[in-house]
Amino acid sequence: MANLFTNFAGIKSPNPFWLASAPPTNSGYQIMKAFDTGWGGAVWKTLGVPVVNVSSRYGSVNYRDTRMMGFNNIELITDRPLADNLREIEEVKKRFPDHAVIASLMVESRAEWHQIVKDAENAGSDGIELNFGCPHGMCERGMGSAVGQEPKILKMIVEWVMEVATIPVIVKLTPNISDITRPALAAKEGGANAVSLINTIQSIVGVDIDNFVPYPIVDGKSTNGGYCGPAVKPIALNMTKNVAQHPGVQLPISGIGGVETWRDAVEFMLLGASNVQVCTAVMHYGFGIIREMKRGLEDYMDQKGFATIDEMVGKALPNVMHWEDLNLKYKVVADINEDKCIGCQLCYTACEDGAHQAIGLSSDPLNRTPFIIEENCVGCNLCSLVCPVENCITMKRKDDQTQHLTWKERTAANNVPTTFNDPLAGGLHHWVPEPMDAFKTKTPKHYKG
Amino acid sequence: MAEFKAPNTDAEFEQNFAQIKPLMTDNQAYFESSRCLFCYDAPCVNACPTGIDIPLFIKQIHSKNTLGAAQTIYNSNVFGYACGKVCPTEVLCEGACVYNHQDVPAIEIGRLQTFATDKAIRSNKTLFQLAPSNGRKAAVIGAGPAGIAFACEMRIAGFDVEIFEAKEKPSGLTVYGVAPYKITNKEALDEMDYLQKQFGFTVHYSHPVTTERDIQHLESEFEVIFLGIGLGRTSELGIPGEDKDGVQGAVEFVETLRMGHHQISVPKKVIVLGGGNTAMDAASESARMGAEHVILAYRRSKEDMGAYEFEYDLAKGVGVQGLFNAAPVEITGNGKVTGVKFIRTHVVNGKVETIAGSEFTEEADWVIKATGQAKRTDFLSLISGLERDSKGCIKVNPDTFQTTNPKYYAAGDAVSGGQEVVNAVANGKKAAKAVMNYK
Ligand SMILES: Cc1cc2nc3c(=O)[nH]c(=O)nc-3n(C[C@H](O)[C@H](O)[C@H](O)COP(=O)(O)OP(=O)(O)OC[C@H]3O[C@@H](n4cnc5c(N)ncnc54)[C@H](O)[C@@H]3O)c2cc1C
Ligand SMILES: Cc1cc2nc3c(=O)[nH]c(=O)nc-3n(C[C@H](O)[C@H](O)[C@H](O)COP(=O)(O)O)c2cc1C
Ligand code: SF4
Ligand code: SF4
Ligand code: SF4
Repeated sequence: MANLFTNFAGIKSPNPFWLASAPPTNSGYQIMKAFDTGWGGAVWKTLGVPVVNVSSRYGSVNYRDTRMMGFNNIELITDRPLADNLREIEEVKKRFPDHAVIASLMVESRAEWHQIVKDAENAGSDGIELNFGCPHGMCERGMGSAVGQEPKILKMIVEWVMEVATIPVIVKLTPNISDITRPALAAKEGGANAVSLINTIQSIVGVDIDNFVPYPIVDGKSTNGGYCGPAVKPIALNMTKNVAQHPGVQLPISGIGGVETWRDAVEFMLLGASNVQVCTAVMHYGFGIIREMKRGLEDYMDQKGFATIDEMVGKALPNVMHWEDLNLKYKVVADINEDKCIGCQLCYTACEDGAHQAIGLSSDPLNRTPFIIEENCVGCNLCSLVCPVENCITMKRKDDQTQHLTWKERTAANNVPTTFNDPLAGGLHHWVPEPMDAFKTKTPKHYKG
Repeated sequence: MAEFKAPNTDAEFEQNFAQIKPLMTDNQAYFESSRCLFCYDAPCVNACPTGIDIPLFIKQIHSKNTLGAAQTIYNSNVFGYACGKVCPTEVLCEGACVYNHQDVPAIEIGRLQTFATDKAIRSNKTLFQLAPSNGRKAAVIGAGPAGIAFACEMRIAGFDVEIFEAKEKPSGLTVYGVAPYKITNKEALDEMDYLQKQFGFTVHYSHPVTTERDIQHLESEFEVIFLGIGLGRTSELGIPGEDKDGVQGAVEFVETLRMGHHQISVPKKVIVLGGGNTAMDAASESARMGAEHVILAYRRSKEDMGAYEFEYDLAKGVGVQGLFNAAPVEITGNGKVTGVKFIRTHVVNGKVETIAGSEFTEEADWVIKATGQAKRTDFLSLISGLERDSKGCIKVNPDTFQTTNPKYYAAGDAVSGGQEVVNAVANGKKAAKAVMNYK
C-alpha cells in the first residue's frame, strides 16, 4: 500500500497535498476544515503589514463549456492583523500537530523580516515560505516579484531570514522572469532549504469590449493581475523541470500551478517536485477535491509499485533532453482507425490548412473518412490532437528502429544546413503543392456565402 | 388514455400542447453550442435543404454574436425560426451530425437555430440590405413558406413584390397545418411580421386568386408570377359513409384546431385513417384534446408507414393505439358516425390484398381521414400552357423552378406533392435566383 507521508525539507505532512498561500488559507477556520477533509499541509495566506484590498478582484478565462480554465487576481497579501493570524496558527497546530502549517511571509526591512520570522516560529509554524512572487500591487512597493526578479536582492533577503530561522525556509519563485534557474540559484546561495514554484504570471485575463476596460473591473478601471489555474500548468511544469535539472540548485521543490487532479500532481513529481500546492482548484471546487487527488495518487503508486513519494520524484527528468539530442531518424506517421472515425474531417482541414497537406478526402461524398498520404506526413501529431475521438488517430512508428542520429552529431560531422538555400534543408524533398493549386482545391460551397 | 383533459382555456391548451422543442435559455445555448466540433464540410450543412452554415452559426452563438448567428441562418433560410421548431431535424441536420456515429447525442441544431433567430426577431434588428428598387414587379400567389421565401429573395434584388393570399394569415401550413406542439401561432406569425417589416413586400390577405380574370389581371400587371399555392383539401377515400356527420379531413381538422384551440371539442372515440406524418399529427392532436380512445388505422404494416419513426413514437407516447393491416371498407352510422368497418389485409407479391371474411368494426365518434391532400387542379387549369405531371403536380425545370409557361415559376408542395417547410423555402429561394438569371 502506497505511503503518502512526506518529509519536505524537514517539514512532515501526512500527504504531499498542500494548500498554496491564497484565499483558501486566509484563516484558521478554513485550514481546520481543509485538514479535516484530508489536506496534508497549508501555506498560510502571506503575512506582513496588512493591506487594503479592492473590489472586485478576480477574472477568469472560460473555454467552451469550461469555467475558469485560467484565473487571475489582483488581490494582495493578508488584510488581517498579524496577531489574529498568529493566534489561529497556534490553534490549528494544537488541533493538528501532525499536519504541516507553513507561514508565508512578505515584509520589507531586515528588522521586519527578523521579527516576523520569530513570530511565525513562536506560533508553532512548521516552516516558512518567502513570498517573492506576487506580480501585482506588492511589487510596486518593492516586494514580491520585485524581489523575485532580482537574484541579488533575493539572495540578500534569504540571508536575512536564515540569520534567525530555525525551521525550514522555502523560497517561492516568480515565473515573471526569463530564466527561472537564476533566482533558484540565488535562493540556494542565500541558504534556503527549498523552493516552491510557480507564483502567478502577470496577466490581463480579458477585456470588457463594451466598456473598453480589462477584467476584473474596479470602478471602471483595471490593472494587470496574476494568472493561474489549469492554463498555467505547462509553464509551471517546464520551470519545475528547469530548476530540478540544474546541477547548482538541487533543493527540494514544491510544485505549484494548475494542479487539480492526482494526474497533475504526478506530472509535477515526475519532473522533480516533492510535493504540490493547490489554490485555483480549491477556489473552484472547495476542499473536497482532495479526496480525488489522494485516492488517485495512491492507486497510481500501487499500480506502479512506488511505496513512497520519493521513489517517483524526478522519474521523468532523464527523458527530458535538449532538442539537439533527439533522434532525427525516428519517424512516425499518422494512422486513422476507420471503425472509430466519425467523419468530422477536422484532421483533414487541420493538416490541409495548418500542417502538411498529408490528408486526403474520398472522392465519394458519402465516405467521410479521410485517408493519410503517408509520403507527405511529417509525423507532427496535429491530426491526432484535433481528432475528437479517443485513440482514433494514432501515430505509428515507421523507421527501422536501428538508426540514431542527433542534430549535435550531425553538427559535429558538418552535416547540417548552414546557408539559406542549403541542399541539406530538412524540407527540401518534402512535397509542397504549387501556390496556384490553392484555387483548384475544393472547399465547401457554403464557405463563400 | 385519460392522460390529457379536454382543455377549457387557452392556458390549458398550451399545456396539453407543450412545445416539444422549447426555446433554449442563454445558458443552455452556451453549453450546447460549446459541443459543436466545427466539422469540415460539415455533414449537417449538406443535410439541410437550405444549406444553412450550421457550424458557423453555432460558433457565433458561442462567441455571443447571436445576431450574427441569426444573420447566417436567415441568409440561407428566411423561415429560420419556424424551421428550427418544425423541421424533422432527426432525419435532416441532426440526423447527419457526426456525433451520431459516436453514440453521443447529436447537437440540438434546431433549438440553437430558434434560439438565435428568436433574439433577432425580438430585437427587431434589420439584418438585410435591399437593393434599390429596380422598377420590376413580381406577384406571388400564396403566402406559404415557398411564396414568402421567393418574395424575400426578390426584394433583396430590388423587385416590388405583391403577395395574394386566400387566408387571413401568412406562413401557410406553418400556422394552419403543423402540429401546435411544434410551433405556436404567435411564434409563426411573429417571424412573418419580422420578415414583412424587414423585406417590405405587400400581402393582400383574404384575397384568393380564383378566376381567369384575376389571372389576366396579374399577368398584365406583373413581369413574373410565382405559384406557392401548396395543396388543397383532403382527398376523398371513396368508401360508403364518407358523408356522415363526424367524418373530416386531417388538414381541415388541424386548421380548425390551430385557429380554435380550446374552443374545439373532440369526442371520446376517434379513428384516424392513414400512415403518414399527417395521420400521426391528427392522432396525437386528438389525444391531446382529451379524446379517450384514439386508433390510428393503416392498411399496411407498421414498417410500411410513410411517417417518420419519431412521429409515430410521439403519437404512441400520448396513448394512440396502432391498428395495422386493416383497410376501411365503410364508415358506419345513422347520419352520425358510429364506427368504421375494416377488413384485414396482407401483402402478396408487394401488393396489399384483403382477407375475405375478416371484416370487423371499431366504434368511433369521429373519423379523421389523413389520406393525402388533393392538388389544386381546377385553379391550375386556368393558367394557359401550365403543364402538370401525372400526379397533378406543377411541372418545373428542376434547376430554375420555371414552369412550362415561362412567366410562371413555382415551388413548394404544389410542385413536390408534399414535403416539408424547409424544402418549400429552399426551392422558393432558388426560383427567385433563377428569375434574376433569366434573360
Ligand atoms: C398536417 C400537416 C403537418 C405538417 N407538419 C409539418 C412539420 O411538422 N414540419 C414541416 O417542415 N412540414 C410540415 N408539413 C408540411 C409543410 O407544412 C408544407 O410542406 C409547407 O407548408 C409547404 O409550403 P408551401 O408554401 O408550398 O404551401 P402552403 O404552406 O400550403 O402554403 C400555400 C399558401 O397558398 C395559399 N393559396 C393557395 N391557393 C391560393 C390561391 N388560389 N390564391 C391565394 N392563395 C392561395 C394558401 O392559403 C396557403 O397559405 C405539414 C403539412 C401538413 C398538411
Ligand atoms: C507549431 C508552432 C510554430 C511556431 N513557429 C513560430 C515561428 O516560426 N515564428 C514566430 O514568431 N512564432 C512562432 N510560433 C508562435 C506563434 O506565432 C504564436 O506567437 C503563439 O503560438 C501564440 O499564439 P496562439 O495562442 O494563437 O497559438 C509558433 C507556434 C506554433 C504553435
Ligand atoms: S501527423 Fe501532421 S503531417 Fe501527418 S497527417 Fe497528421 S497533421 Fe498531417
Ligand atoms: S478527426 Fe478523427 S473522427 Fe474526425 S474525420 Fe479525422 S479521423 Fe475521423
Ligand atoms: S455535424 Fe454536428 S458537430 Fe459537426 S458541425 Fe454539424 S452540428 Fe457541429
